[in-house]
Amino acid sequence: MTDFEKLEQEFKAWQAKVEKANEKYPERKKQFVTGSNAPVNRVYTPLDQKDFDYSSQLGLPGEFPYTRGVQPTMYRGRLWTMRQYAGFGTAEESNARYKYLLEQGQTGLSVAFDLPTQIGYDSDHPLSEGEVGKVGVAIDSLADMEVLFDGIPLDKVSTSMTINAPAAVLLAMYIAVAEKQGVGAEALNGTIQNDILKEYIARGTYIFPPAPSMRLITNIFEYCSKQVPNWNTISISGYHIREAGATAVQEVAFTIADGIAYVEAAIRAGLDVDEFAPRLSFFFNAHNDLFEEVAKFRAARRVWAHIMRDRFGAKNPKSWMLRFHTQTGGSTLTAQQPDNNIIRVTLQALAAVLGGTQSLHTNSRDEALALPTEQAVRIALRTQQIIAYESGVAETVDPLAGSYYVESLTDRIEKEVLQYIKRIDDLGGAVKAIEQGYIQQEIQDSAYAWQMDVENGERVIVGLNKFQVKENPPQGLLRVDPAVGERQKQKLAALKAGRDQKAVDSALASLRSAARSTDNLMPPILEAVRVYATLGEICGVLREEFGEYRPNVMF
Amino acid sequence: MLVAKPGLDGHDRGAKVIARALRDAGMEVIYTGLRQTPEQIVSAAIQEDVDVVALSILSGAHNHLFPRVVELLKERGADDVLVFGGGVIPEEDIPFLKSKGIAEIFGPGTPTSKTIEFIKANIKRPLH
Repeated sequence: MTDFEKLEQEFKAWQAKVEKANEKYPERKKQFVTGSNAPVNRVYTPLDQKDFDYSSQLGLPGEFPYTRGVQPTMYRGRLWTMRQYAGFGTAEESNARYKYLLEQGQTGLSVAFDLPTQIGYDSDHPLSEGEVGKVGVAIDSLADMEVLFDGIPLDKVSTSMTINAPAAVLLAMYIAVAEKQGVGAEALNGTIQNDILKEYIARGTYIFPPAPSMRLITNIFEYCSKQVPNWNTISISGYHIREAGATAVQEVAFTIADGIAYVEAAIRAGLDVDEFAPRLSFFFNAHNDLFEEVAKFRAARRVWAHIMRDRFGAKNPKSWMLRFHTQTGGSTLTAQQPDNNIIRVTLQALAAVLGGTQSLHTNSRDEALALPTEQAVRIALRTQQIIAYESGVAETVDPLAGSYYVESLTDRIEKEVLQYIKRIDDLGGAVKAIEQGYIQQEIQDSAYAWQMDVENGERVIVGLNKFQVKENPPQGLLRVDPAVGERQKQKLAALKAGRDQKAVDSALASLRSAARSTDNLMPPILEAVRVYATLGEICGVLREEFGEYRPNVMF
Repeated sequence: MLVAKPGLDGHDRGAKVIARALRDAGMEVIYTGLRQTPEQIVSAAIQEDVDVVALSILSGAHNHLFPRVVELLKERGADDVLVFGGGVIPEEDIPFLKSKGIAEIFGPGTPTSKTIEFIKANIKRPLH
């Protein structure tokens, strides 16, 4: 009898015994499921891992297929980058918040832009009314960007910018600010999100239709590979897909499907895969189901490594590595008993670290209510520091490897992700699947199922549908000064009065003719930015040339 | 009824869940999609002859945009349309919004069943 056969016999006998006892003392639930509604067995054993092959499925850290992490020593070498997403009001206020965060031991910056900036409107545009400086900092021109990074040496920090449709413009402004500080583009470190497909799917700050959007993205890949070699040119994001209601499997599947679409677009534009793929990065969510989330990160790395090596023929191991940022799950936070959110964020941050993240944002406890206060942000940052320095989980690489449960979850997620990718390939790829509404519909179905589970009590949310208390409205929330909009408009008017208008007109004309050609758009955008053309003017030219995206609305 | 997203934010998970729950409850529901101006929302409401307008916003621009919708409905003689809102809206803004004619504000964590009950109890036009 083999070991497996012996164990199988023992397991059957044990099952029978437990089922009998169950009749008298039933388990808490008829069916146990993960946070993403996947069934969970009573116990996992080597029988669940019969075909397990260590070398091909896990490998060693820093080696193909990177299941155990992209670095050989992981956090023993260097801890993850602690990077809190921040920005509100004017450039002056946000600059002060960044300096505060750096003083508190944060190791990288992450810039939040307001909605007009993200959609390519200046602060004086009619649609910007009421929105200026609300969910991030308002940037109209290079002048605002100079203030935003005043006193922050751009050759020393790494900066992540959550900017998508107008990513080329904000990257150009960052390069121009660095020039003024005497820092060359080759010395810059950071990331632009630059992921338009998930904007169509879930986040909503799109401007142009898919074809010109993909062109802008591949133009950035090409420009940066030569001029800004250390820049992460895209952060392919599952975060917002998950926040929109996707399951863990859908988060990884749709993100990787988007990644495939970008790689294909860049190859079609004539780039060599190993020229740009090492600078692709990812952005995932971390929700509450600790083991499922850890398995999700491990499965994502394995899937991507195979796709890059086997499907796209990449030769450089750096092209195979899925490096990612994680943010804890905003949609998991409750407005009720907001202090409980600190615990949720702790579990989620732990999942990200056990899953091998390269950088991490921990949400603040008051985010279901408003933008976070300085005190709430400090607790969130301290949560990361406690995990890093006190919990011991960072002292060895991938400590959950070999757990029967975690490996089974990792295999299941990988399998289901590949099924989704096959379906999306059959539809003609991610762009087509988005245009047909397939991806959005899948996410909406999951979101609705979740809401119904919460409402009928199948899913317990502590403080929301169980263990409620009567509470007073929370005090001391952050409020953005409503006068920000007016101040920003005045600054913009002064800028326009004082700049060299001829230079602006000529730069915008050059941009227009580049948009009509097949030239790379980065150089004319950089030229326009340098002479203080505004974000709205630059995006306005591109809107006229490219048109705007009109989604199919459904629910 | 009309579910509408005024302002520039793209978070419409809540709007879509509400729209679907109301449809499942037997109501006829239209969802506007993102980035609608108050003018566009009111035009759609009049054109479709809706009895209820549900507004969802998470960007913080509610104090500016919600009252504008009520005002425009009034201007066009449709002040018997029930208007309510939801999203990330601080408690202290609610009295102001109610004084401007927003019938109710639902915060994060509100069950859809509560919204449905609210509509049935407060609809100003007779149910068809």
